Formats: sequence, structure tokens, C-alpha cells
Amino acid sequence: MIVTAAPARSPRHLVTDGDLRSLLLIRHFERALLRLFEQGVLSGTTHTCLGQEYIPVALSALLRDDDFVFSNHRGHGHFLARHPDPHGLLAEIMGREGALCGGVGGSQHIYHRRFLSTGVQGESLPVATGVALKLAGTGALACAYIGDGTWGEGAVYEALNMASLWRVPLLVVVEHNGIAQSTPTSAQMAGTIAARAAAFGIRHHHVASDDVDEIRRALAPLVDAVRTEPSPLVVEFATHRLGPHSKGDDTRPPEEIRRARESDWYDRYAEADPERFARIDAEQRELVERVVAEVSARPHARPGGAA
Amino acid sequence: MRVSEHLNRALHDLMESDPSIHLLGEDVSDPYGGAFKVTRGLSSRFGSRVRSTPLSEGAIAGVGAGLALAGDKAIVEIMFADFVALAFDQITNFAAKSTSMYGRPVPVPLVVRCPTGGNRGYGPTHSQNPQKHFIGVPGLSLFEMTPFHDAGELFTRMFGLGGPCLFFEDKVLYTRQMHQVDDLFTVELVDDVARVRVDGAGWPDCTLVTHGGLVHRTLDAMRALLLEDDLVCELLVPAQLYPVPHLPGLDDASHVCVVDDATEGGTWAAEVATVLYPRLWGRLRRPITLVNSADGVIPAAPHLEREVLVQADGIRAAVREALS
Repeated sequence: MIVTAAPARSPRHLVTDGDLRSLLLIRHFERALLRLFEQGVLSGTTHTCLGQEYIPVALSALLRDDDFVFSNHRGHGHFLARHPDPHGLLAEIMGREGALCGGVGGSQHIYHRRFLSTGVQGESLPVATGVALKLAGTGALACAYIGDGTWGEGAVYEALNMASLWRVPLLVVVEHNGIAQSTPTSAQMAGTIAARAAAFGIRHHHVASDDVDEIRRALAPLVDAVRTEPSPLVVEFATHRLGPHSKGDDTRPPEEIRRARESDWYDRYAEADPERFARIDAEQRELVERVVAEVSARPHARPGGAA
Repeated sequence: MRVSEHLNRALHDLMESDPSIHLLGEDVSDPYGGAFKVTRGLSSRFGSRVRSTPLSEGAIAGVGAGLALAGDKAIVEIMFADFVALAFDQITNFAAKSTSMYGRPVPVPLVVRCPTGGNRGYGPTHSQNPQKHFIGVPGLSLFEMTPFHDAGELFTRMFGLGGPCLFFEDKVLYTRQMHQVDDLFTVELVDDVARVRVDGAGWPDCTLVTHGGLVHRTLDAMRALLLEDDLVCELLVPAQLYPVPHLPGLDDASHVCVVDDATEGGTWAAEVATVLYPRLWGRLRRPITLVNSADGVIPAAPHLEREVLVQADGIRAAVREALS
């Protein structure tokens, strides 16, 4: 069973210019990365979040400056939705001057203010639980983004158990895109995420919408409860990964990729307000082009020179 | 005072003096006070800063790292050092790497306490010395309790490093007295290293290097070597195992023997020898002797366990053979 059907309809609520900018900044940033890889300009690997951009954008408005955000291997969108600094992120990915982490961390290992990503699946949840233990009672929370594949890791269950026992403000955001690298959910997950959360007595909320405003309105009281009770919460988004797992390693059948593309928010957001969308889309595309040109021309980052 | 009580007192003093320190582990709360009673009294005194946890070594280490990341300090107890294998990812891939993989120093004040060692009949999964599996991990320091080092000073030093540390405590050592040695020997601390010498003897025939858990077995061997074989030995016991600290008094050593309770292969003893060879090359008369436990699992039956682990007679035989 792949439970990733997002409704194929236009957003009911008009998205703000700010949200549209954020969505399209991430979209064009990720596209640029794949282009740079094709050109042989980038080293290593990268994991784009094409199709999933609306999730961190929706959440960004629900998070406070004193919240901790834990991200994963597919974390560019998580970062850009919280810190719109494409120069610093691209410099990190390209190992150029001005890199967020001096070029040491690269795509998967970013630590900037209260944003931290790591490249090992499930590893962040116990750490986030420890941070949440410290934050409990302050009104701040720890938010950890994980995927459907992450639920194969034992660390997830050890952390959920403690988070529930100790009632810590931990918000677990699951980007369930139906595929773990190349393995579909049906081949890697028995039962459901909802039932797993229920087993720990943890509240679970399923989001099928990709309407930023609708998502926020549904989540706002739940996220507030995470802070005030405090208590953990699992929010599961049914979403789609449009691109490959990393770069050019998509083994899904063409019809499945087509289905994923058909549920992309991009076209529907464009239809909802064509003129404004086109304007901001062009603006963000050009912004990313400038960022690429500027950062590519910078000298290599040196250790100790982190921004 | 017994080593376990000394450790317990050190933890009390530490948590009293620094309210940012948390302690987490399985069964650490009162009235149980930890499998080896090292944490006795702490939960009664310090409340929620001391937490008995589920059986989740990986997540306990991760939660400790999270508390450290958020600005506090954490001591994590792994009930038996063997189980630290379950926390390998959190320790090596997160806590240790986080200190440097973000391009700037990130403090992660985390101490993972690991009760080690055999000679108690606990069998293959409750008796090991896993120090060797954590040697050479960037950002990770290894320490071990000895009868000669003040535990409070060691904890303060480990937290002062800013990076995660593993702190090994031999289970047999818990029941021994601090600072107690045979009248034959004198002990002095030279920087980090406890130096145990035969009182009034001349230049040593052999300098032994070992870790805290093996001190008493090594001293027994030294006593027999002196009284029965007429060989004078000196003993060096560093509290910091890795990176290997400067070991004093070795520059004119007649012979060096490193004694390590871990099973053979990729050991701390080999690491010590690797550090010493360039320094002593040209002056050594023979290769450094390495004494380790046998290459095998640690059996439960005491007569079989004894054959696998390093014992005083094995140390004595190795020194005699090297010097013969």
C-alpha cells in the first residue's frame, strides 16, 4: 500500500507572496543542483526534495526562533524554508567560501543556529528527544523531519518511547513519499505509521493536503499542544518525491513517476493565480541563477572559515 | 574507600557543583542505584536530573548528546560496557563527529560510563573490554578509572575537553580500595600518569604500561617478578587511554611491556606501542611486548574464563620470556 495520494485540485486559499517565494526558491534551488550535477560541477551526492517543498514551507510559520529543527539527508528545503540563505547553502554544497559549515558538512550535515542535519537515518530522533527534554516547559520544541524509510530504524522507536514517557515537546514530521531510495513502502513497512505512533500513546495526524494555508490551520492547535502540554506529536504527510533518490538513480516505472508529477503542487499553484505565480517564479529562478553564478565564482572554502 | 564509593562520591559532588549536569542510564535511580551501585543516592538528591531509562542504549547516548547540544552536560551509564555496541552510531557518527563536522568547534560535553571487564563469571556478553573499538575515532577521547586517579578531577577534565568521552570502569576494580598498594611499591602521579615503582630498587628491568582495570593483576605480577625472579619492574597507568598521553620515564627504558585486557587484535596495547616506537626507536633492545587476552569469547565458567583473560601469571611469564 502506498498511501501518498494528494488531492489533485487547486489550493483553496491563496498563498502569500512570501510563501510562494519560499516554495519557488526551494524548487529552483533543487533544480539547479541537478543541473550542476549533470554539468559535473558538484561532487559527492545530493538528495533533492522536489515535490515536497510545501511541507517545510507550511511548517516554517508554525515554528519559533527558539525551536530546534533536525533535518536529514533530504534537507535543503527544510533549511531554506527556515533560513532563506541560498548563498550559504550552495556554498556549503559546492565547498566554496561563505559555506555554512566550512565545506566540511556538505549537503547532509548542516548546523546553523538551531537547525541541524545529519546523514544517518533515525540518528536525529534520540538527539532531538534530548534537546526537547531540555526545552520542555520553555514553550519551545524540537522538530525532527524523517521519512517513511526512517521507520525501519530502531532508534526511532527508542526515541518515541522516551519522548512519550517523559512528555517532551517533540514534533516528528514524516515526509511519507512512498519510496525509500528505491524500495516502495509496501516492501519495507508492515502496518502503518499511525498504528506505530498509537502504540506509544503518541498523537498522530495525517496530512493529505498540499495547501500551505490549510495545512497550517489544521496543525496550529496540535503544534501548540506540543509546546504547552508538552507532548510529542507525529505528523505524517502523504507526499511525492518527483526526482530521483539522489541523482539519476530513479528506477520507478514511468507511469509511477508520471503519477507523482501529476500530483505536483507546482502546476496547481500556477493555475490558481497564473500571473502572480509567473512573476514570482521568474524572480526566484533568476535569483537562483545569480546565486549559482556568484557562488561558483568564489574560491574554495577553507576549514575554520565557516560562515 | 572502595573505588565504587569514590566514584559515587565524585558524582554527588559533581552534580552538586554543576546544576547543568544530567545523569541517565538503565536502573540508575534509587533505591536500586545502578547495577553496580555507583549512582546510589543521586536520584533522591537531584530529582529529574537523574533518569532511569528504558533499555535503549543508542537513544540514551543520543538523548545525552541532545542535552549537551542544547547547552547542558550529560553523563550516560551503559550498564555493561558490552552494550555500548548498541550506542556505536550515536557515539561515533553523531556525538564525536558533531564536534567538528559542522566546520567549527561544537561542544558536546557528554561522558559515557562503561563498566568493563571479566573475572566475575558473567560470560561472553557481560565481560568485555571494548576500548579498542573506539580507538581512532576523530573527536572521541577514551579514559579509564584507576585506583590512583581522583574520579572527580577526571570528570571535570573530560567535560573540559568539550567533546564526548568514554569512561571505562573495571567491575572488579569497583570492590578494590583507592590508593592501596603493597608496601613494596610507591605511587606518584606524573601529569596524567600514575607511576608505580619498587621502593628503593635500582633502574627497572622492564617498564609495564597498563589501564586501570589491570592494575592489581599487574602489581601481583610485579611482586612475583621481584621476589621470585629478581626482576625490577616499574608500572605506568594513564587515566587517558586515547589519544595516548605522554608516558614519563621511558626514554632509557630497558624494556617496555604493554598489558591490555582486551582480546587480541587491533588493541589499545598495539596503539600504545605504535606511539612509543618512533619515540624509543634506536634505544629499544627488543620489540615492545604486548600482553592481551586470548583471541576468543570470554567463557562463563571461572576456570575457562581465567584461561582467556590476562592474569598475573601470564604477565609474569611474558616479562620473563622477553627478558630471558
